[in-house]
Amino acid sequence: MLADAATPLVTLRGITRVFPPIAGGGQPIHALGPLDLDLRTGEFFAVVGPSGCGKSTLFELIAGLQQANDGTIAFEGKPITGKVPDGIGVVFQEDSCLPWRTVRGNIALGLRKSGLSRAEQETRIEHVLVLMNLVEFASHYPAQLSGGMRQRVCIARTLVMEPRLILLDEPFAALDQQTRLLMGEEVLRVWRSTSATVFLITHALDEAAMLSDRIAVMSARPGRILDIVETAWPRERDSRILEDERFGAISARLWRLLRDETIKAADAH
Amino acid sequence: MHTRWRLTLARVLILLAFTGILEILCAAGTIDPLTMQPPHRILLDLVHLLGSGSFNRAIARTLSNAMIATSMAIIVGVVAGSLIHRIRGLRDALDLLFSTWYAVPVLAFYPLLIVIFGLTNLPSIMIGFMQGVVAVIVTTLDGLDRVPRVLRKLARTQHMTTLETAWLITLPAAAPWLLGGAKLAVVFSIIGVVASEFLMAREGMGFEISYAYNNFDNARMYPLIVLVIVFSVTVNSLLLRWEARLARRRGLKP
Ligand SMILES: Nc1ncnc2c1ncn2[C@@H]1O[C@H](COP(=O)(O)OP(=O)(O)OP(=O)(O)O)[C@@H](O)[C@H]1O
Ligand SMILES: [Mg+2]
Repeated sequence: MLADAATPLVTLRGITRVFPPIAGGGQPIHALGPLDLDLRTGEFFAVVGPSGCGKSTLFELIAGLQQANDGTIAFEGKPITGKVPDGIGVVFQEDSCLPWRTVRGNIALGLRKSGLSRAEQETRIEHVLVLMNLVEFASHYPAQLSGGMRQRVCIARTLVMEPRLILLDEPFAALDQQTRLLMGEEVLRVWRSTSATVFLITHALDEAAMLSDRIAVMSARPGRILDIVETAWPRERDSRILEDERFGAISARLWRLLRDETIKAADAH
Repeated sequence: MHTRWRLTLARVLILLAFTGILEILCAAGTIDPLTMQPPHRILLDLVHLLGSGSFNRAIARTLSNAMIATSMAIIVGVVAGSLIHRIRGLRDALDLLFSTWYAVPVLAFYPLLIVIFGLTNLPSIMIGFMQGVVAVIVTTLDGLDRVPRVLRKLARTQHMTTLETAWLITLPAAAPWLLGGAKLAVVFSIIGVVASEFLMAREGMGFEISYAYNNFDNARMYPLIVLVIVFSVTVNSLLLRWEARLARRRGLKP
């Protein structure tokens, strides 16, 4: 059931994550929280924060890949407990293409349990191949593709499952600036054409400012949410927003919030 | 393509040079014919021996035993390796056994196996299996260690069961190591089977070689030795080829 726009798609309440000390002594690592957050249905939400502040931890908690020590997380009203909920698609920071499968084979992986007929599966695969500009590369192996294209394959593999929430953990971190901006546009396009909710973690402030409806700024470890910045961009937007004067103001505001935290995080290392 | 050809040519030339030297040494009498026949003679004997068909049974027995031993070593080794990989404590406990396994002369258990199973195919197969299986377990563990963590997370986001994760993610990811293990298993199994036939058996290539040896029958001994080498090298180069194809596909080799 799709929650209506008024009720949040994801709710986090009092989330805390503490990692046990590594074997051989040391202190437990308080990575995250306590933290409250709501994701609205259909929005494009970004998270920025200094490195090591617990962004990936937050990401894995929402994905159901980790469990919080304290607090509750719910997706579409149902609590997430140690399993990736149906309807959530995940794209990792690291390249997660399967190198022994072709692009098509990688994408088809997501449909094994869909219960769709062969023909329906083919239609869906063709659709995401077109959407992610991968048609000519369908029978290539990942090793034959650039890093940006491999990340597109991973996104396509997630999209083919038609998730209602797409989680991306710094998916473009390894790409050069130009490719990153263009990939950002692609994600925007996908977001518009699927009506999914997007949750994007990034360390690039311009990327966050350009793509998002709302941006959460996190504190240094233990990660808490310092503030949430609303951009009020129109739904139809692309990287030309960079020229908009409000873009500069938003980036500046993000940086003001982050500057002290980044220094704090750097000192802690 | 060009360099591949040149490489093949170089290999053939080295092999020819080596055989040529042996041929000359034999012709000059430095190696006397009681010790070893000249290479061309061995080749002729081999053709004759294969043509006569008198060793077909022995060859079939040894090859099928080696094949059974190899397959068992690979299947049991991969399954056991996958299970041990999941249980940290078990792995720590077995580590010492694995690292000292090849210091133990497995062949020494052969008489015991004959007492248990009789003079059948089974003791030979068991020796070949025991020789090969630990290499497969060790390479499986090694390969599974190297599966990127992100792929295990991927399996969870794709709602895979334990078996699906092994079949669709971890084993294919570890395939280059598994193939390395398979190569070792082939070699060790052939050695195990032939050597055990050498010691005590009623038939098989190892038995025929030792029988010929005891009777100074060079016309049979050397061709059989060559045959064992040919089999071993053929299987190995097929696996090597597969390995290279796999590596190329994954962009690990040009
Ligand atoms: N499995 C773990 N065991 C122990 N500590 C962990 C574990 N995972 C993360 N941490 C610690 O928790 C903190 C937050 O890690 P996390 O990866 O969530 O940060 P991040 O914001 O994603 O960092 P980056 O910007 O580098 O990606 C770090 O100090 C990290 O060392
Ligand atoms: Mg991270």
